[in-house]
Amino acid sequence: MYSDKVMEHFEHPRNVGELPDASGTGTVGNAKCGDIMKMDIKVENNIITDVKFKTFGCCAAVATSSMATEMIKGKSVDEALELTNKAVAEALGGLPPVKMHCSILAEEAIRAALTDYRQKHPQG
Amino acid sequence: MTDKKIIYMDNAATTAVRKEVLDTMLSYFTEHYGNPSSIHSVGRDAKRAVENARRQVAAAIGTLPQEIYFTAGGSESDNWALRSVAEMLEKKGKHIITSAVEHHAVLHTCEYMEKYHGYRITYLPVDEGGRVNPEDVKNAIAEDTVLISIMAANNEIGTLQPIAEIGKIAKAAGVLFHTDAVQAIGAIPVDVNAWGVDLLSLSAHKFHGPKGVGALYVRKGVRINNLIFGGAQERNLRAGTENLASIVGLGKAIEIAVAELPEYAARMTKLRDMLIDGILAEIPEVRLNGHHAERLPGNVNVSVRYIEGESLLMRLDLLGVEASSGSACTSGSLDPSHVLLAIGLPHEIAHGSLRLTLGIENTEEDVRYVLDVLPGVVQTLRDMSPLTQPSCIA
Repeated sequence: MYSDKVMEHFEHPRNVGELPDASGTGTVGNAKCGDIMKMDIKVENNIITDVKFKTFGCCAAVATSSMATEMIKGKSVDEALELTNKAVAEALGGLPPVKMHCSILAEEAIRAALTDYRQKHPQG
Repeated sequence: MTDKKIIYMDNAATTAVRKEVLDTMLSYFTEHYGNPSSIHSVGRDAKRAVENARRQVAAAIGTLPQEIYFTAGGSESDNWALRSVAEMLEKKGKHIITSAVEHHAVLHTCEYMEKYHGYRITYLPVDEGGRVNPEDVKNAIAEDTVLISIMAANNEIGTLQPIAEIGKIAKAAGVLFHTDAVQAIGAIPVDVNAWGVDLLSLSAHKFHGPKGVGALYVRKGVRINNLIFGGAQERNLRAGTENLASIVGLGKAIEIAVAELPEYAARMTKLRDMLIDGILAEIPEVRLNGHHAERLPGNVNVSVRYIEGESLLMRLDLLGVEASSGSACTSGSLDPSHVLLAIGLPHEIAHGSLRLTLGIENTEEDVRYVLDVLPGVVQTLRDMSPLTQPSCIA
């Protein structure tokens, strides 16, 4: 049901953890529905230099979080804001239809962290 | 992957067919392949095999062969029992009593009767151990009640229901009583007369028989109507050429399961308690779901806080341990298991449920292996979970 890429990211998720000196943080989802994603980003000179996530959720939730962090690392804030759930799902070799909402959550988590960063750094 | 040892602990989902069962079945595909309705000797041999299996099933639940109807499994038996009794007794009334923790084969049939045939359904609540209170059954019976359907043992949390007590209440009130005994056969003693049930569903693949075959017990005198129209099979009520080899397999499997029940129950209970005690001792913030004492011998169901069930299952699968969960992700909906919600678990705790159901192949070594790997898997997922920070707990 899951692609090899999803399983590989689930088994070895990238960028798990937190950033104590995060420039922005976003948390989306809720425990009632079974998915929560928290993203911390570190931004220097408008470039995302580091990103960490913590996720409560299924395989797809973990894999999409992991892939999304890889896709925005090293990107500018504007570039990262372009990240779509479809791109995350495609990068994972596709997701089962019932799991597409996990990729949406990943996109939203990244966006929430970037929005938090922009609010805290209005000049950036 | 190929040489990895698999520890199968999902026996409530299905079981492996026993070698003796398979051996008994095989000749009915190639040698004794007759149509039981044919009058020649090949047909008569097949007919004898079907009737022998019917005797085996009847003997296993303490009844007579003429009260056994073969079906395609537990869900079909449940559907047939409920719809049939309801339709036959429509003039008497349109009220059915069931419980909140039944299998979907019962619940969805009730929903259908409610939606399309104007039935009133009472879904009795259960206590935190998952048990129905017989007093609630008594109080729910009304003038128009035509059927009570309460499962013998729950498939998710293993809770045993007070079937004999409910049977007495049903009999005193003159209401028919159906039980889904799919998980009970071979695990606890089943006797339709001691239980006072009028209809009972069972399924072969839960006790090392083949998939796609089961039976419905219907007490003599209780009227049911046609499930499938056509030939005269199953006393004119379920037409279609019999699933010969599978029916033979069902008979053999139930005979062995019942004969071995005392030894099975003792061994499974020991392994189960070893597993439960080990999990509760090794992993913090875990709770046992279901009843402590009134429980299927092979059932373990726990909720592990801060993590989600599907992730837990997949990580265990990577380590060769096959389990199941009541999380939303495994149910294919947004809600976790209706059984876990019915025993009062909040959604976020229900999402972190893990069911390990033991079977005859499992050993103490298997249990030790699970106890060895599970704490590490839980820790990995908790380290990844934002819920371990109190501020994030919704």
